[in-house]
Amino acid sequence: MAKFFTKEHEWVEMDGTQATVGISEHAAHELGDITFVELPQMGKSVKQFDTLAGIESVKAASDIYAPVSGRVVQVNDKLEDAPELVNESAEADGWICKLEGGDPAELGSLMDAAAYAEYLKGL
Amino acid sequence: MEDLKATPLRAHHEELKALMAPFGGWLMPIQYKGIIAEHKWCREKAALFDICHMGEFLFQGDIEADGLEDVFTFSVKGIPVGRSRYGFLLNEAGGVIDDLIVFRLAEDQVMIVVNAATIGNDFSVIRSRLKEGAQLTDISAVTGKLDLQGPLSREVLVELCGSEIAGIPFFKFIKTRILGADAIVSRTGYTGELGYEIFLPSHKVAELWELLLLDPRVAPAGLGSRDLLRLEVGYSLYGSDLDEATTPLAAGLSGFVKLDKEFVGKEALLKEQQQGAARVKIAFRVDSRRAPRHHYEILHQGAPVGTVTSGAFSPMLSCGIGLGFVKPEAAALGTRLVIRHERVEMEAEVVELPFYTGGSLRA
Repeated sequence: MAKFFTKEHEWVEMDGTQATVGISEHAAHELGDITFVELPQMGKSVKQFDTLAGIESVKAASDIYAPVSGRVVQVNDKLEDAPELVNESAEADGWICKLEGGDPAELGSLMDAAAYAEYLKGL
Repeated sequence: MEDLKATPLRAHHEELKALMAPFGGWLMPIQYKGIIAEHKWCREKAALFDICHMGEFLFQGDIEADGLEDVFTFSVKGIPVGRSRYGFLLNEAGGVIDDLIVFRLAEDQVMIVVNAATIGNDFSVIRSRLKEGAQLTDISAVTGKLDLQGPLSREVLVELCGSEIAGIPFFKFIKTRILGADAIVSRTGYTGELGYEIFLPSHKVAELWELLLLDPRVAPAGLGSRDLLRLEVGYSLYGSDLDEATTPLAAGLSGFVKLDKEFVGKEALLKEQQQGAARVKIAFRVDSRRAPRHHYEILHQGAPVGTVTSGAFSPMLSCGIGLGFVKPEAAALGTRLVIRHERVEMEAEVVELPFYTGGSLRA
C-alpha cells in the first residue's frame, strides 16, 4: 500500500476507507527522543488538516494534523508506555491511529513518497 | 548569529556529527547520539562535557583589603585553600547578576567561575566593586574546562591522573599536572553524579578530550542531557530559573547567602525577608509523561498563579518535572496545580527537591 505525506510530515496509508496515520521518519528524527504521544480520543471526528493528536520530545511539543478526514477507530496504545517506538519505527510499528470514513480523493492534496523526498531536499 | 564563539573542540564536535546550537553566545553541542542516551550514560558510566564556554576570572591580592570579601553572598576569606563555594553576585535590589563558584587557590589567590552568557558583565561588576588597582584578570580565553561526570568518573580519572584524585571530597579540588600542563581537578559538577570539573590551558583541551574518549567507559554528552541531569536534581539554570529580577531568597537558595556579612544587595534581601517574597520557587511533578516547558502558565484552583522556568520529561522518574515561580499561597508541598500552554494542559503537584535522589554525587 502506498504512503502519502503532508507538508507537516504526517503520513497516511489508505485501505478502502480506513486510513492509518503516523509521522514521518524525517519528523521523528528532527524531534529527537520522543517522550510522550497524546493519542486522539476514540470516536473523535476530524476534517483533513485539523489537529488530531500531539507529540512531545526532549526538545519540543508539536501538534499532529489529520492527513485525511475521518473518525478515530483505533489508537496505538503501545505508545502510551513506549513513545520511543515512534523513533524506532515511525512509518510502521510507530503508527499513531486509524481513521474510518475517509475519502481517498483527499490523497490528491498530499505528496507521494517521491514527491515528499523532493520536498525534504528543499527544506 | 555570525559572531557566535566556538570552543577549541568545535571541529571535534562536528566530526562526531553533534547537533550544534547557540547557547549564551556560543556555538555548543546539544547532543551527539541522543539526549536520553547521553543522560543515561552519565547516570550509569562517565559522560564527558565540553564546558569551555564558561568563564574564569583570577583574583590575586588581599581578599579583604582589596574588597573581594564583600562582593559575593558568601565569605571568600572563609573558604579554606583547596575548597570552593557556590553563591551569588547580586545587584542593589538583591537580584541575581550571576550564580558562580569561587575556588580558593591560595591565601591570596582565587578563581571565580561564572556562566558563559554573563562573563562580560560579571567581570565589570566585580571589578567595579574592588579597590582600585586590585588584580582581577579574565582568563576565560586561555582556560579550558572539561566536565567528567558519572559513577565511573573517579576510576577513569585515577587511571589517567593518579591516585590523588581518589581522595578529593565534594567541593574540594587539587592542583595537578595533566598532559604536562598545570591543571585543577575539582570534585564539583552539574549533574547530581559523582564527577569532576577539570580546568586546564585551552590549548591542551583537545588532547585531553581525545584521550578521555579512548576510554570505553567515557562517552561525549551535550548540553541537552546536561540540562536534563541538572533539572532532575533541582539545580537552577541562570537565565531560566535565576535572573536579575529574582532574589536568592525567592529562588529558595538562602542557604548560599550569609546575611551576617556585608555584600551588595543585602539590604534588599533583609527587607524581602521581613515582608516576604511576592513569588517563590516551587518544584512540581506532572501526573503524566507530558513535559512542562519554560514560560508555560501555572494555575491553582483555576486562577493563574505563576510561570514555569524550567521543565522536561524526566527519564529517571518517567514523568514531567519542572521548576517555576508562583504566588506563595500555591507553594506548599502537595498543592495541586495545572500547567497550561495553548492546547497543552497537564496536572501537577508541588514536591520537594531533588526530584531524583539516586545519584552517585556523594559516593
